[in-house]
Amino acid sequence: MNTPSIDLSINTELARTILTGFIQSEISRAGFSRAVIGLSGGLDSALVCYLAVEALGAENVLAVCMPYMTSNPDSLTHAQIVIEKLGVPSVVISITDMVEPLIERYPNASQTRRGNIMARARMIVLYDQSEEFHGLVVGTSNKTEILLGYSTQFGDAACAINPLGDLYKTQIRQLSAAIGVPAEIIQKAPSADLWVGQTDEGELGFTYHDVDRLLYLLVDQRYSPQDCIEAGFSKAFVDNVVKRIQRSHFKRVMPPIAKLSNRTIGYDFLYLRDWGT
Amino acid sequence: MKFSLALAQINTVLGNIEANLVKHREYINNARQQGADLLIFPELSLTGYVLQDITPTVALKSQKDDPVFKVLLEESMGIDLVIGFVDEDDRHRFFISSAYLSQGEIVYVHHKLYLPTYGLFDEGRFFAWGDKISAFDTRFGRMGILICEDFWHVSPPYLLWLDGADVFIFTSASPGRGLNKAPQLESARWVELVNQAYASMFTSFVFHANRTGYEDGLNFWGGSTAFDPNGELLVRAPQHQETLSQVEIDLNQLHRTRARLPLLRDERTGLIQKELNRILEHQIR
Repeated sequence: MNTPSIDLSINTELARTILTGFIQSEISRAGFSRAVIGLSGGLDSALVCYLAVEALGAENVLAVCMPYMTSNPDSLTHAQIVIEKLGVPSVVISITDMVEPLIERYPNASQTRRGNIMARARMIVLYDQSEEFHGLVVGTSNKTEILLGYSTQFGDAACAINPLGDLYKTQIRQLSAAIGVPAEIIQKAPSADLWVGQTDEGELGFTYHDVDRLLYLLVDQRYSPQDCIEAGFSKAFVDNVVKRIQRSHFKRVMPPIAKLSNRTIGYDFLYLRDWGT
Repeated sequence: MKFSLALAQINTVLGNIEANLVKHREYINNARQQGADLLIFPELSLTGYVLQDITPTVALKSQKDDPVFKVLLEESMGIDLVIGFVDEDDRHRFFISSAYLSQGEIVYVHHKLYLPTYGLFDEGRFFAWGDKISAFDTRFGRMGILICEDFWHVSPPYLLWLDGADVFIFTSASPGRGLNKAPQLESARWVELVNQAYASMFTSFVFHANRTGYEDGLNFWGGSTAFDPNGELLVRAPQHQETLSQVEIDLNQLHRTRARLPLLRDERTGLIQKELNRILEHQIR
């Protein structure tokens, strides 16, 4: 692919300062001092765990591992490495017993349907732990997957605050390396691990390296799709990504409320969440 | 003549004037103890920045009998203050404002002229546009105040300069944006660059107080600065943390710089007016 030189590299010290400050500020303003993180063994949740520990202290971060019976054993192993390195309290709660009774009713359920059930079961576990630990759920979705809609609404996308949502996956890798996330976690193929052999890039049909550069032009630099094609990206790739962004937008906004009154939540009842804090 | 400048680079509580007033008094006391003569707070320092529908509930009347102003005017004995607030006029329009207080008097109130309503900004939805650009006299010479977007436009500083301002007071609640390889955000780099440029081109002092902290996902980067009439950096507060910075200002530098570089003397205001009239008559390009 003959694309222009696009530099997505970031100053990791500055990112670290802003993101740890964000976690500390937004959790304390909500009246909490602790965080709960679904630690999958993958890169995004590992990085969030490192940032949260820096922001709040290890004792205030609960790592929750939620394996399913088909999960890759490496996932739990990698999660354990992070837990030991950071010294955070942790729990392992298998979702198999939660998920199986529902899935067994629908033996022909698609992989997507099964994956959504698992992602939403993990959300239930995480929010239950949030209540028990008195901590807020810190999200782990990155800019790439949010823009592509590569997540389960009300599942892995559910969180109280999200420190990584404005960093592309390639930038997550850079920040993770700088912050000391173990190399085996940075280097392995990203996977939602919802079924055996699943990888992000295999399922999406393109690499993070390519799509991050395209998204950077489309979103950050406001290139038109035609501009991106002229910059060297294939038409099929550009069309695919543009369509994905549009079709997944429902995942990025609150559900619309039908306006009836003169003052409607979401339209003309406008306050930040930090209102009064 | 010399005086001691202090920049109150603070975080704020969104929509809680009482809590912010407590912090103002702490910073005023500290600055006074350190011998500061002028203390500048950032944009909307009494209210927080992304006010949206909070706006009408935190608006003040910039009058001596307003309870908040009363406190601050008492504090202004012996130390001049610039504070950020929402001003509600007699017709109930709300302005993003900064007031210069000195010796128990409200010396000047500036209403923000340019309300960014694009990108992440939505100020024009909630606030009225100020319509006055004027310098004012203080015990440390003639000054002018501009608020954030006001100095992203070159014309307000230029007019203040012609109106006699030798000291420019800029206040901001500037959300940080533009992370790349550089050690500071693009927005921080840009603001510092133009501050230095104004100081150099107008051979004047430029003081900038910016806030810190977060409001939801927005970070405010701090990095308050003071530049002298040579465009030299006098002080730079650290980024992303609350700080009280202090530096001595030698107003005689105006004499020395302008003796060397008479840009003000040579400014051709008549020509500017003539050409501006011609351009406006023939429509703005």
